[in-house]
Amino acid sequence: MSALSARIALVGNPNSGKTALFNALTGARQKVANYAGVTVERKEGTVKTPAGRTLSVLDLPGTYSLRARSPDEAVTRDAVLGRLAGETPPDALVAVADATNLRLVLRLILELKAVGRPMVLALNMYDIAQRQGLRIDLDGLRRELGCPIVTTVATRKRGIDALTAEVDALLDKGALAGPNQWREPTAAEIRDAHREAQRILRTYVRPPERPDTLTGRIDSVLLHPVAGLAILLALLFLIFQAVFAWAAPLQDLIDLGFQGLAGLVGQVLPDGLLRSFITDGLIAGVGGVLVFLPQILVLFLFIILLEDSGYMARAAFLMDRIMGGAGLHGRAFIPLLSSFACAIPGIMAARVIDTRRDRMTTILVAPLMTCSARIPVYTLIISAFIPSERVWGGLSLQGLVMFGLYAAGILSALLVAFVIRRVFWRGAVEPFLMELPTYKLPAFSSVARGLLQRAEIFIGRAGRIILPLMVLVWFLSSFPAAPPGAESPIDYTFAGRLGHFLQPLLAPIGFNWQMTVALIPGFAAREVAVAALGTVYAVGDAEANIGALATQLHHHWSLATGLSFLAWYVFAPQCLSTLAVVRRETNSWVWPAVMVAYQGGLAYLAAFIVYRTAVAFGAG
Amino acid sequence: MSSTPTTPPTMAQDASPAIRLSQARPGDAGWIVEVRQQSGRDRSLPPEELERRLLEFGFVEGATVELLHEGPVGGDPIAVRLDDMRVALRRDDAHEVWIRLAAEAK
Repeated sequence: MSALSARIALVGNPNSGKTALFNALTGARQKVANYAGVTVERKEGTVKTPAGRTLSVLDLPGTYSLRARSPDEAVTRDAVLGRLAGETPPDALVAVADATNLRLVLRLILELKAVGRPMVLALNMYDIAQRQGLRIDLDGLRRELGCPIVTTVATRKRGIDALTAEVDALLDKGALAGPNQWREPTAAEIRDAHREAQRILRTYVRPPERPDTLTGRIDSVLLHPVAGLAILLALLFLIFQAVFAWAAPLQDLIDLGFQGLAGLVGQVLPDGLLRSFITDGLIAGVGGVLVFLPQILVLFLFIILLEDSGYMARAAFLMDRIMGGAGLHGRAFIPLLSSFACAIPGIMAARVIDTRRDRMTTILVAPLMTCSARIPVYTLIISAFIPSERVWGGLSLQGLVMFGLYAAGILSALLVAFVIRRVFWRGAVEPFLMELPTYKLPAFSSVARGLLQRAEIFIGRAGRIILPLMVLVWFLSSFPAAPPGAESPIDYTFAGRLGHFLQPLLAPIGFNWQMTVALIPGFAAREVAVAALGTVYAVGDAEANIGALATQLHHHWSLATGLSFLAWYVFAPQCLSTLAVVRRETNSWVWPAVMVAYQGGLAYLAAFIVYRTAVAFGAG
Repeated sequence: MSSTPTTPPTMAQDASPAIRLSQARPGDAGWIVEVRQQSGRDRSLPPEELERRLLEFGFVEGATVELLHEGPVGGDPIAVRLDDMRVALRRDDAHEVWIRLAAEAK
């Protein structure tokens, strides 16, 4: 068999089930990366066709039009037109349409036809269309559009072979890209295209006999001005409680596992530098980070469920005016909610906002949303200083403090956005148009795949960025070694010296030098601060380990210091990876610099106020 | 919000009044008679841009609309049924869409 291979690209409206089709086509054979030079997520996978071709499938960002309005849509346009730098133009396009919602996609298909590439139309969610009694004259539509049509049910992997067989047939015929006649349409041309799409729709599609009424009924509750908002807030509160309660048993298990591993190494290796490196540097470092994977997965489980079910758009609807009051775009809700998991995908998701100013505001405040990397820090400090009690009829006090920290992050983000919009960028209001998709039951496989991808990304981060940092911290806090019999060995090391050197700067906010030492690697990745504290205390006190760190802190820090550290972390300057992403997204070092300055200032101010207040109340 | 709608010039002769979609209340239903970006509004958008975006989302003359829901604060944004899809938009953007209300069902 000769090397038969070809490239196809999936194009379609948002919510057309395009990603589900991509998953059905490529299964586990997919790769998530970025497009060269931009940070739009690039999803590519491969599939074998019936004729034995290896198709590489590109899942392009959803769009309503080739007239790109955001960087994501620009990627779709340029990939379709074959002028995306670093990408081989696709041999064929697969237009993905929600069979129950054809009007808008027909207009997009007319635009795609003008591009002149061979194309197959996949009528997805065909089972729902049939259930609704929607009739589509497939032969007529085929003739009218001049392209093959297959019906698919991506969530049940139906029609996948038929789709790849059609691609085979197109390529076997030697269909080549014709001349590109696409150019940006004027309003009048869009109207004409709509008229044409409307005519096609009337001719070949009979409206559903049993249209979906469920979405309307659900919306009358979920979009209710009072009930809807109450449900949204209850949902957010549930998410934060769940991140705590559900993940705890798994965390304990991981914690135990790493402690056991360290104990095992301790038995095998003699006491010395190598054992210290492996147990205190490697195992404690990786374990101290991995232990928070369950929480991140619980959080992402909710985010993926909200997105896949169609609720995310409703949340954006409910939040729009509240966000708008702070000068944020309603769509900023999605990047900001993603920032709860990590500011990096959040900042990248800000690309869904079409204008520069709205995007910049969102990017600047995104790191104030409590990212999951701060959960380790919060959890550690909370478990060290906040008693594990139930208050107000069974609410966990620790959970409440956590909720308060999240609320502080959200409020400060809104406040900063407000100041940016009112002081720096006046005027300039962007249109807010958003489809409210039909509610769907999220498919188990797509949720699982999403969670797996997030876990891989997190572990990749833990491995590639955090581990070397942990080793560096271990090195800094082990060398130069103290003379035998020294009272406080760590005072002799680089870390100790650096901590002592910087400590006067942070003394007014109640930080001791161990904290100063932990802050330095914490700047590279927030969650490292916990492991760094563990390393600093473990090295300084041979009996301590990560599991007992909370007890250690409770012993070494005052309550005021603990609270001050929490306040610091609400605002703390973000990790280097975030700054790198901001640099890429804004194409300038100015914005990362602005971020460091304003967040650092806020963090110092907040910690100062909290510390001084707590000391005044006798918690020093 | 409650000011009397001004009738666009092209609609002057019609019997049933056309209103801006931004002035519609929940339950109001009808069809779109005109989508046009008013000049002189400070949108910091190129001319025709909002009009084209509305058109691309399906806000096109002849499409049926029904106001389904209002946002919790100040009745903004609004969720409308637009032919067979649901779309959310701000009243400020809905300002550019003129609709003619269907006669009340008897």
